[in-house]
Amino acid sequence: MSQAVSFFGWQRADGRKGIRNVIVVAYLVECAHHVTRKIVNHVNDMDVHLIGFPGCYPNQYAYEMMRAVCTHPNVGGALLVSLGCESMNREKLLSEIRASNRPAELLVIQEEGGTKSTIELGIAAVKRLQSEAATVARVPMQLNELIVGTICGGSDGTSGISANPAVGRCFDALVAADAICIFEETGELIGCETIMAGRAVTPELGAEIEACVAKAEHYYRVMGFGSFAPGNADGGLTTLEEKSMGAYSKSGSSPINGLIKPGDIPPAGGLYLLDVVPDGEPRFGFPNISDNAEIIELIACGSHVILFTTGRGSVVGSAISPVIKICANPETYRRLAGDMDVNAGRILEGEATLDQVGEEILQNVIDVAAGKRSVSEELGHQEFILTYKAFEPIGPSCLPVRQIQ
Amino acid sequence: MTQSTDSNAPQKTVIAPVILLHPDDNILVCVKQFHPGEEITIDGETLLSEIDIAVGHKIARINLRPGDKVYRYGAPIGSMTQAVAKGEHVHMHNMKSDYIPSHTRSRQHKDRSDA
Repeated sequence: MSQAVSFFGWQRADGRKGIRNVIVVAYLVECAHHVTRKIVNHVNDMDVHLIGFPGCYPNQYAYEMMRAVCTHPNVGGALLVSLGCESMNREKLLSEIRASNRPAELLVIQEEGGTKSTIELGIAAVKRLQSEAATVARVPMQLNELIVGTICGGSDGTSGISANPAVGRCFDALVAADAICIFEETGELIGCETIMAGRAVTPELGAEIEACVAKAEHYYRVMGFGSFAPGNADGGLTTLEEKSMGAYSKSGSSPINGLIKPGDIPPAGGLYLLDVVPDGEPRFGFPNISDNAEIIELIACGSHVILFTTGRGSVVGSAISPVIKICANPETYRRLAGDMDVNAGRILEGEATLDQVGEEILQNVIDVAAGKRSVSEELGHQEFILTYKAFEPIGPSCLPVRQIQ
Repeated sequence: MTQSTDSNAPQKTVIAPVILLHPDDNILVCVKQFHPGEEITIDGETLLSEIDIAVGHKIARINLRPGDKVYRYGAPIGSMTQAVAKGEHVHMHNMKSDYIPSHTRSRQHKDRSDA
């Protein structure tokens, strides 16, 4: 049945299709953040999103992430706001966005007469970008053109029983329909590496998966803390590996087709693991300082929609791609119903089965892809965070599917 | 996925307040809040809860000794640091990670300086 599902997306020049037509307004250093925020606040449109990178020092990863999100299929145009003296290569970024056949403009505050005039120029620029983006053709889009990422945040002892395995059922259905599904946070998969490697489509990919979890364990040991927040313990989770096993169930039961890194676009339908832990000796601090940093990495890999499971009750959304929130804990759902799209806690109260909630999540993916606003989107959540990291390119064994084709 | 059939339909009456996620597990997960004096049934034996135990928390399915691996989803999720009796709360106070130690709001500064 899933194969027949069709909705309208925006056709992009690189062949990909978007489910939104967002204008991003990006500060290229923290010093330009205020001016950029003023522009976005003044425009006050649900499809004009504030994004940016705060650092003044150069970082290849941050540049690649900015390029990936500014040329994401959900993005119809970009306004870049620079202070003028930061390291981000604004001219290259501008030309790469334009080369993707998107309208893009650049404002340099030091050259535009300061705060007030840059805000005025920025507001006018966004209006021009909006009218150009509105001319992009809408075309039929199928499930096999969709990329769906998943993340858990504010996990508790119920996450691994209800919401996470229900997302796993949805992922199985999406993979069966030849969509691309991405799960992530190798630091939150510590303890599942052997089981996970056994699902890899080749033994070489399995070895890469085990190695990347070992890298994550080393990295977090150096940081002094595992990816385990106090709220996880309040919610009944005791150890990192217990949290991992629960998180792992979001991946469903399909074979694992590849291991990717932030910014890599999976080459074909199937299930992929995103390695978010930096390569080399640990530097720049924690791999991802909060959930939204991981969401942005999933989006940089092309995710059109994010499935976010929560037990304790996260309220976040994201810039660029809609976030669908699935609540694992029935008591949390009663407290935060206004922030949730799906109540997977019903499974624990005997009111629904895993299959039924999995089906409901899939229907939400289809509806949101077809234009329905997710709850966090409707509430105006547009979180975005990007910090310093360093990655090496993926190894030759990481995408066996690319070699088969 | 297909629409639910009769065999797949939810059966409200069979949902137990504690659930066994895998036959090899030696803990059970609470899907309702337990208050002191409330009955908890484990493998046919009924015990009385001595403390408050919240949704999502674990109780011992059998007596456990220090060093015993704890199994959930049929997979090891850590080791016991203290003995617990069947039906007792299993958490930070009596079990630990076999990988990276967990931290809580009250313990994180102490743990950090110990590291």
